[in-house]
Amino acid sequence: MSTLEIRNLHASVETPEGTKQILKGVDLTIKSGETHAIMGPNGSGKSTLAYSLAGHPKYEITEGSVLLDGEDVLEMSVDERAKAGLFLAMQYPVEVPGVSVSNFLRTAKTAIDGEAPKLRTWVKDVKASMEQLRMDPAFNERGVNEGFSGGEKKRHEILQMELLSPKIAILDETDSGLDVDALRIVSEGVNRVKENTGLGVMLITHYTRILNYITPDFVHVFVDGKIAEEGGPELAERLEAEGYDRFLASA
Amino acid sequence: MTLTDHSKAVLDGSHSHGASVGGGEFVPESSRAARLTSFDPEAFGVPTGREEEWRFAALKDLKPLFGAAEGDAVAPWSVSDLPAGVTLEEIDRDAFVAGAAREPGDLLGAVAVAHASGIARLSVAPSTVVDEPITVTVKGSGEDVRHAMSVEVGENAEATVIVDRAGTATVGEFVSVVLGQNASLNLVLLQQWDDDAVHGGEVVASLGKDARLRGSVVTLGGKAVRLNSTVTLAGEGSSVDLFGLYFADQGQHFEHQVFVDHAAPNARSRVTYKGALAGASARTVWIGDVLIRKAAEGTDTYELNRNLVLTEGARADSVPNLEIETGEIEGAGHASATGRFDEEQTFYLRSRGISEEMARRLVVRGFFADLVHEIGVPSVEESLLKAIDIELEHVNELESADD
Repeated sequence: MSTLEIRNLHASVETPEGTKQILKGVDLTIKSGETHAIMGPNGSGKSTLAYSLAGHPKYEITEGSVLLDGEDVLEMSVDERAKAGLFLAMQYPVEVPGVSVSNFLRTAKTAIDGEAPKLRTWVKDVKASMEQLRMDPAFNERGVNEGFSGGEKKRHEILQMELLSPKIAILDETDSGLDVDALRIVSEGVNRVKENTGLGVMLITHYTRILNYITPDFVHVFVDGKIAEEGGPELAERLEAEGYDRFLASA
Repeated sequence: MTLTDHSKAVLDGSHSHGASVGGGEFVPESSRAARLTSFDPEAFGVPTGREEEWRFAALKDLKPLFGAAEGDAVAPWSVSDLPAGVTLEEIDRDAFVAGAAREPGDLLGAVAVAHASGIARLSVAPSTVVDEPITVTVKGSGEDVRHAMSVEVGENAEATVIVDRAGTATVGEFVSVVLGQNASLNLVLLQQWDDDAVHGGEVVASLGKDARLRGSVVTLGGKAVRLNSTVTLAGEGSSVDLFGLYFADQGQHFEHQVFVDHAAPNARSRVTYKGALAGASARTVWIGDVLIRKAAEGTDTYELNRNLVLTEGARADSVPNLEIETGEIEGAGHASATGRFDEEQTFYLRSRGISEEMARRLVVRGFFADLVHEIGVPSVEESLLKAIDIELEHVNELESADD
């Protein structure tokens, strides 16, 4: 049982026009097995929240705290956060030319576990997960995200999530740019991992479509750097019908 | 994908220079073809650093190579057992000059021949196909030498020659490579010198009709290394692939110049050089000249140089030049880019639990991977990957010393 506690989180970014405050006091608690949808208009700071939690150097945390099972996440380096059990599925996964997927996956697994995985089970696990995500075995020999389509990149993110078994996963617009078939495959992957490992999920999305496949326990509306409203799945339905206008008008 | 500000390729063009086709500011002579070549050292002035071919050079370190060697050391090299059809013999200067692919293009090459302590000729008889690489091992122990070597591959013959250099020495050399009709040579030059070696070399090659040359230059060690390669595509349908891989640390200055002279129709050339730099005073220079002469219709050429700057303060100069005298070509292009270590790649790998040190290793190995596999000699490829890892360990030591 794990808990991610985000308290009064403030973060800023340096821009040519000066320091810009993006997160303005985020409060959120995610426990194992829970799925929290974070929904909000473009530019509200959803992705900044994701990258700040993962420790991207571009964002400076100016106030607040983040604890994972009581451990101070903000004191950890990027790789320490991953080892502690945080996983970020990125909206735009980065290409790493010349580094094969199989080498990358094995290196990451070894780093997370502190020891190399047993070869036989590892090969089997990778194969099974790739099959479930409808990924051709040829992906193993390709460069990480190199020349992958948008859908292939997202499936590769979920593949990593399944193999690295984090405690809490942040999915940053994993649904954007996916057609319905790919969306279903990716969503099934997330549900499978949740069921098998009790993963806690922060599902960041702009659209309600993915919520037809992954049912959230909580929905949070994110506006202007903080959570403006919280509710159950019914809140998503209301957003589907009304859009974000009423939040933007008051923002 | 330019939709996000979270991931963008960082390309720093500040040390790259664009093409100067048709006489840009960096091409004082009217044509690359007009540059002086001679076996007479007197024909060349002593470089001042203002000349086009010397302006990025480590002149201070290379200066001893502008004159005869001190003492009478001979080149510290040995050759693997020669297969049937391959001969190695000592030849005199006149024979060397008469058979050379081309005259030296600068003082260094001319001095290497004029003051050579020995001149060797390695010949592969026509129609001989040698499967195993012929390895020339150079193990320096402080010698100061000038020397010259000729490699001749006869008609329809095929061979691989590896020159593996280590230890320390002060070396000025000139190597002539002549490929007969339909001959094929894979020439691998490994510079894995100790950190105080000084090496100035010039390799000139001439390709007969349908001949194929694959030339790889790998420079990982030495204080100052300048290795210039000139290939004349003299025969119709000839083809050359030149690969270069270099990794300069603090205090190292590696310069590689390439000149591909398309003199015959329907010839093909590919030049791919990649370098990594680490340490404040690490310095690399790449100059790639391609000349497509009027006669060279149907030419297909592409040259690429990429540099990866791993730490602050290192400097990579990259100058591609393309000169075209006929419009009847198949294709001609070049690209040059010098980039910093990509923080987004590091972040991505680290967000999967991979340490910064390992992330850097993966990215740099990835950067060089395709190039290493082009060398075409498995034993060399394997030892190179190890050597690159050792270079990276030095970078990590540098980094932790800075902290």
